[in-house]
Amino acid sequence: MGLTFMDGNEAVVKGAVYAGCRFFAGYPITPASTILSGMLEALPPLGGIVLQGEDEIASIGCCLGASMAGLKAMTATSGPGISLYSENISFAVGSEIPLVIVNVMRQGPSTGAATRGADGDVQFMRWGHSGGLPVVVLAPTCAADCFTMTVHAFNLAESLRCPVFVASSKEIGMTRETVDLEAVEKPVPIERTAHGEGPYLPFAAGPDGVPPFLPMGGPVPVRQTSSMHGPDGYITTNPAVMQAMVERLKAKVESRIDSFSFYEWDAQDGARTALVTYGVTARSARAAVSRLRAQGRPVSLLVLKTLFPVPEKVIRSAAERVERLLVVEANLGQYVHEVARVACPTPTRFFGLMCGRMIRPDEILREVIRAESS
Amino acid sequence: MPSLLNPSRPPVFCPGCSHERSLHALDRAFQQLGLHARDVVIVTDIGCSGLFDVFFATHAFHGLHGRALTYATGIKLARPHAKVVVVMGDGGVGIGGAHLLAACRRNLDLTLLVLNNFNFGMTGGQYSCTTPQEARVGSGFLNTLEPPVDVCRIVAAAGAPFVVRRSVYSPDLPDKFAQALSYPGFAVVDVWGGCPGRYMKANPLSPKDVDALVQRAGLWDGPVAGNERAEYGAAYAGRLGAAAPAWDWKGQEARFRAALSGRHGTVFLGAAGERVLSAGHLWAMTAVQAGLHVTQKNDYNITVMRGPSIAEVLVASEPIDYPGIEQPHAVAALAREGVERAAEMWRDLTRETLVIQGADVPVPDHGGRTVVVDFKKAGIGRKDRAVASLGILACLSGIFRIEDLVETAASILPPSQRDATAGLLRAGALLVSA
Repeated sequence: MGLTFMDGNEAVVKGAVYAGCRFFAGYPITPASTILSGMLEALPPLGGIVLQGEDEIASIGCCLGASMAGLKAMTATSGPGISLYSENISFAVGSEIPLVIVNVMRQGPSTGAATRGADGDVQFMRWGHSGGLPVVVLAPTCAADCFTMTVHAFNLAESLRCPVFVASSKEIGMTRETVDLEAVEKPVPIERTAHGEGPYLPFAAGPDGVPPFLPMGGPVPVRQTSSMHGPDGYITTNPAVMQAMVERLKAKVESRIDSFSFYEWDAQDGARTALVTYGVTARSARAAVSRLRAQGRPVSLLVLKTLFPVPEKVIRSAAERVERLLVVEANLGQYVHEVARVACPTPTRFFGLMCGRMIRPDEILREVIRAESS
Repeated sequence: MPSLLNPSRPPVFCPGCSHERSLHALDRAFQQLGLHARDVVIVTDIGCSGLFDVFFATHAFHGLHGRALTYATGIKLARPHAKVVVVMGDGGVGIGGAHLLAACRRNLDLTLLVLNNFNFGMTGGQYSCTTPQEARVGSGFLNTLEPPVDVCRIVAAAGAPFVVRRSVYSPDLPDKFAQALSYPGFAVVDVWGGCPGRYMKANPLSPKDVDALVQRAGLWDGPVAGNERAEYGAAYAGRLGAAAPAWDWKGQEARFRAALSGRHGTVFLGAAGERVLSAGHLWAMTAVQAGLHVTQKNDYNITVMRGPSIAEVLVASEPIDYPGIEQPHAVAALAREGVERAAEMWRDLTRETLVIQGADVPVPDHGGRTVVVDFKKAGIGRKDRAVASLGILACLSGIFRIEDLVETAASILPPSQRDATAGLLRAGALLVSA
């Protein structure tokens, strides 16, 4: 077994290239900048295009154009850039444009602490775009996950025709670590489904809810619009058509959550508490769980790598096996609301910090003991 | 050639709208050039100009206000043979100003038509960046306080190589559109016309008036002296390869063994310019080459040449879950800046922690085991002490042999740095083995 020393951002680049990404546009921002430089090193020799946009809005806009022209596209930024992406994220949602968005989160709010990590954008990624329709958010815990989750992100973006977030953080993106690349899970890259025979209606979907694709600039003229449209791609104000459209956009992403609920469930017999966590905090939790078990205290651990749509079955089945859930997040309590909603009536408690450093294993350990003794 | 207008969506504009004239002029230009619907991508954004894509049977891409040039850039780079036409209003110029400047500077082969009617027609006739100060518009007095911009002068100043200004009533408008479409680079046509639904109600504009306004502002006729240069897409193509990805999953096989069971975390506390991160990397790579699991986190100021520089390197015989150092096994105190940044760490140190302290580096009271090293006296300069500290650390921790560090340095450093680095590693070891 040989090891490769790489950070999460390098692993994202590798995953993107592996998945078939051939267009990247981004704007420099700590801690995501090395994805831009890594893509610039990787793609042009393969015939792929990398642009440094004049701002984040241009960067995601270029990606939407390139994606509609048929290339697998990705952009990467941090919280302040996601803010600027917002209008185009809703465009990608409503107009079914495949796109991978890497958010290497840093401590916020606003410009925050550029070189400090946190998971403060979790609900922002889900809801920070107009219309409130669903997106997919995947959360790696380490560099190896960054590779795998980026490939999954492309596969989901292409097969669902929607934007997919990779929710990394400074602590993952800019921490170098040894990775056994031979052992890393490498999902088979998936291509978007092309329209076959007959006249082309750009937003007419079959039973799977995803319209077949034809590229802008190809032999058949294609209509794309950010405005509310019917299956033919023309603007509509027909209430029945509009309702059918938004319901389809919601259902196509949410109905298949069981096929992309990525998680690790480390259950222990006799555990009264299950920790629920994600991101780099999952690694603190793993260490805390080992220490608790070494002390003779059984505890279970659920690490979620799919955050949205909420993998409700996974959370519910964990909740059914313990007396309480303890959600640990690098923020002041965001995903805990999803867990509490789903786990009800199992009580859900919360522990979180957003102070610019990782939550330490002993802090989680103390919270578990406190929860079990109260 | 047949018209490229959309038979299923006939144009619908307000009676007398100048946009309809531009629409037919563009269609005539397409016909002049013999273009098919499949050859053309029309990219628009918000406003009445944004109706254009619907009225043509071509590829159509309609997006958010002011962003049309960004979508068009992605489309054109992905589809170099498509004829990509961007249609915006004066509103789009204002909100998308940064994109307009960037497109001029980039010189990708796009055609931009600015349908300039001096107001936001769709939202109530508010003032735009081209509204005259004397006009009466839907923004109260605000437009009287701001002079309008001249689109042609702006795009020329930003590097657009082909700039045209015409009245929408100009008989040569289709020809000018055709020239812009044929130009191999970023071509801008600033078309002036009236908005009967909003602007012209309080500001009557006859065709003659529009012609006169354009004459006064100045006609622009095409190529801009000094701005003509290589087209971006062609220049980019010259930088592209056609290789297939090459995958090497193998990684680094262990080349030597380390004397370590469990975890060992070192915090290097130095200052910018002392090669602290490089020393941390050398320690980390030595561990990689010994088959250990490793994490490295760096911390430095945005002023990369001044302030603290800190590397945290965790090496372990088992896979690493939590990638932080809770209780360091070693701290190298190399400069005051790093020591101060890590102020919180010191109070928790115990006898388990080896502190390698530069003789000229003050540290807070702590419970670690201190080895004071006089780098200055040993002739080891500021930028060399981090590397020398690795020799000390290897010696005192016993994890690696000095020769393992030297061999790793030889495999990861450029030849010009190898001998000096090996010398520093050995010099460090000598300081503590004596």
